[in-house]
Amino acid sequence: MVKRWQHVWRLLALTIVTALTLTGCGDPTLSALIPSGPVAEEQLTLIKLSLFIMVGVIAVVMFIFAYVIIRYRQKPGQTGIPEQVEGNTKLEIIWTVIPIILLFILAVPTVMTTFTLAKDYSEEEGAVNVKVTAHQFWWEFEYPDLGVATAQDLYIPTGKKIMFQLTSKDVVHSFWVPSLGGKTDTVPGLVNKMWLQADKEGVYQGKCAELCGASHALMDFRVVAVSPEEFDSWVEKMKAGPAEPTTATAQEGQQLFQQNCLSCHAVGGQGGKLGPNLTAFGDRQKLAGILENNPEVLKQWIANPAQFKEGNLMPSFEGTLSKEQIDALAEYLSGLKIR
Amino acid sequence: MSGQVTYAGRKGLWDWLTTVDHKKIGILYLIAGGIFFLLGGLEAILIRIQLMYPNYDFVGGSTFNELITMHGTTMIFLAAMPIIFALMNAVVPLQIGARDVAYPFINALGFWLFFFGGLLLNLSWFLGGAPDAGWTAYPPLSSGHDFSDQGVDFYVIGLQIAGIGTWIGGINFLATIVNMRAPGMTYMRMPLFTWATFVTSLLILFAFPAITVSLVLLMFDRLFGANFFDVNAGGNVIIWQHLFWVFGHPEVYILILPAFGIISEVVSTFAKKRLFGYSAMVFATVLIGFLGFMVWAHHMFTVGMGPIANALFGVATMLIAVPTGIKIFNWLFTMWGGQIRFTTANLFATGFIPTFVMGGTTGVMLSVPPADYQYHDSYFVVAHFHYVIVGGLVFGLFAGLYYWWPKMFGKKLNETLGKWNFWLFFIGFHLTFFPQHFLGLMGMPRRVYTYQADTGLDLGNFISTIGAFGMGLGTIVLLINIIVSIRKGEPAGADPWDGRTLEWAIPSPAPEYNFAQTPLVRGLDALWTEKMSGNGKMLPAEPLGEIHMPSPSVLPIIMSIGLFIAGFGFMYHNIPVIIGGMAITFICMIIRSLVDDHGYHVKPKELEDGEKGVKA
Repeated sequence: MVKRWQHVWRLLALTIVTALTLTGCGDPTLSALIPSGPVAEEQLTLIKLSLFIMVGVIAVVMFIFAYVIIRYRQKPGQTGIPEQVEGNTKLEIIWTVIPIILLFILAVPTVMTTFTLAKDYSEEEGAVNVKVTAHQFWWEFEYPDLGVATAQDLYIPTGKKIMFQLTSKDVVHSFWVPSLGGKTDTVPGLVNKMWLQADKEGVYQGKCAELCGASHALMDFRVVAVSPEEFDSWVEKMKAGPAEPTTATAQEGQQLFQQNCLSCHAVGGQGGKLGPNLTAFGDRQKLAGILENNPEVLKQWIANPAQFKEGNLMPSFEGTLSKEQIDALAEYLSGLKIR
Repeated sequence: MSGQVTYAGRKGLWDWLTTVDHKKIGILYLIAGGIFFLLGGLEAILIRIQLMYPNYDFVGGSTFNELITMHGTTMIFLAAMPIIFALMNAVVPLQIGARDVAYPFINALGFWLFFFGGLLLNLSWFLGGAPDAGWTAYPPLSSGHDFSDQGVDFYVIGLQIAGIGTWIGGINFLATIVNMRAPGMTYMRMPLFTWATFVTSLLILFAFPAITVSLVLLMFDRLFGANFFDVNAGGNVIIWQHLFWVFGHPEVYILILPAFGIISEVVSTFAKKRLFGYSAMVFATVLIGFLGFMVWAHHMFTVGMGPIANALFGVATMLIAVPTGIKIFNWLFTMWGGQIRFTTANLFATGFIPTFVMGGTTGVMLSVPPADYQYHDSYFVVAHFHYVIVGGLVFGLFAGLYYWWPKMFGKKLNETLGKWNFWLFFIGFHLTFFPQHFLGLMGMPRRVYTYQADTGLDLGNFISTIGAFGMGLGTIVLLINIIVSIRKGEPAGADPWDGRTLEWAIPSPAPEYNFAQTPLVRGLDALWTEKMSGNGKMLPAEPLGEIHMPSPSVLPIIMSIGLFIAGFGFMYHNIPVIIGGMAITFICMIIRSLVDDHGYHVKPKELEDGEKGVKA
């Protein structure tokens, strides 16, 4: 029996070590274990503090556990009756009081950080306000103070507090960028607030964390953290809008776009808000959050969006537009760049 | 409803459909719960196959959502709860020296309501698709017709019917434990499993009305065009989350407390020692039950309740660690100094301890709101609650099953197969769920049907799926074990484990009337007390006399079928079917109210014959 127990623990330990060495702490743009901003860092500090306390507790329990199941196994031929102990007041007080002390050590920083992370910086100088509206299955980002709107790729300046106002157009979603900080739900009819900050430039992966329908798993977005100067210039260019298309095909694409797509999608100041804003579509890291952003995939998407993202609202254009028209549209959209 | 039919005169299927005997109802619960457990397990395996590789195309997103919804709903409401009720029915009346439960008719009704509610829910697979909004069914995903199809109707109606069954079952056990204890069985002499049943029943009594109300709101939104959860019409979707978790968090303790009770019995029996710190254990059980009602909002830290509510609910949640810790150490010190026998039952009970400690400690980690912003709705949470519910509850149920199987069926389960069952399930379990802690922290949200390649999530998911196969194999071994036991199991005798509590004082399986003479309880661990200071037999508290027994009745199953039919009427807006179904139920209620049922009596002569029969 002892050998079996050891076997289990060895196997477990081996699994853990293999898992950790092979994957490290995960993808640095996705993992909560590799923080890239103060919010994620504070949260990781609390995770570590609670983990260390708890590993201590587990170690004590495991030690007593291992001792007991080895030492007090029934030996062959053992008879007689062990002493029927009722209890031990001293011991029972010890294992009541020590956990209370441990919890107190954990509770104090917990409460402090809970309030720190709930601060509202929306009026503060230098903070960037972003209104996030979640849709099945994409993200809309507006900068109310800057007069700019975009979707799927959220641009933020490094080193500044980004104050989010989060809501949803349809069902409950949850806005989560693990390497920058924890999540906050986007609830229809309510506006939640949260702040995040990126210290390093880079592209971070964002996820929807609340079950929201068939394509919940595909509701990814990106946070592009750039230097404050680059951010300012991005804002200016967004306001100016993308350059007019130059090739003939792209111009035909633009016309088709205005006839077929504008009621749902906006480019520049014009267009509907039912679908993602496409002003800087050509700059997008990913198409629809998950696919490679190139004209070939885009053509397939336009022809039949449901094959990539089940349950999304965009209709199929396979029957409405000819192959050449879809090609033209794709060329126009891929050319919508400002960076 | 003849008053003259005796035990020996009833046989076959009809007997099972009309029985009001708590032991038989226990077996019915075990069979139905077991089948649903296999179904939920199959769904789990399909889920894990889909997640075995990144961007794997085994089932699509919508089927996956149906699978996770049905897996969660089935496992909690249709597998775990009924198997708990199976053990409660099989054991509690015996442990307190009672001849039956307080309301045998209600007991049967509770089972049939659960069964037909569960059946209705699972028929959704064949009638247009299963519910797909998660077992938590957050609106508006669950309430709006734009977002969900008819599956959620099955969830609403099925759970409502099953929930009534659970609720009256809880009331029945409360009344039983309060009123029907044998002379001398004071509250502070009750075995821990009975105590756990008592507190669990109290939680059921107060928690289930909350889910009833939330389901009614959802039903009105879905079926009758109400707007409780329609934001555009002034509704509020957060109300559901509060109501659901006001039920949902106590539900976690409804599930785990009976497991605590089982572990207390098994550990103590197989260490040959009385439970260390009995009064502290009782106190901790009650305290956990009480605190369980105070912490529901820790499921909602990211909803936007504000820092004050988050901090309060966080700290309140941490407090639960204290009574839980008391329990863990009391179990360890029960074994300390004992002579531990590692039967399969005790393997599951000892395996429970480290596993549950891990689930409990991640629970404390989750109670830290700012950290929870990272854990919430990620695979970390999935790992946590499976450690608590599988590593805690299911290990406890398996321990209880191997421990009380002889009492229920008169035959032991095979120990060799039992050990295979344990090791496959135990190793499989840790392989499945341990890596999920890391997957969550590395950015994998829960309830996703797939994940992208090259995001560091491949290996953990692959290991997890392999582990799930291990748990599946363990469960298959259990099934084989059950078949082997039924075919040629070793006869158990009255007291196969050198037991301590009253149920081991009577033959296995227990006769219909349980105790020919109500026993006199002279101490904690009633039977052990007699083994130590008497002749090892319970002293009778009454002379041998006629025993009054309740008559079997077909009404419970018909009443449940009535609601089952009316449920379909509601879902398909068919008014004649609604009226017809409700009429069946109400007519049964009227019959039950107006027709006197005096039960029947077992004569002392029959009792003596029965006793002889056992000896021979």
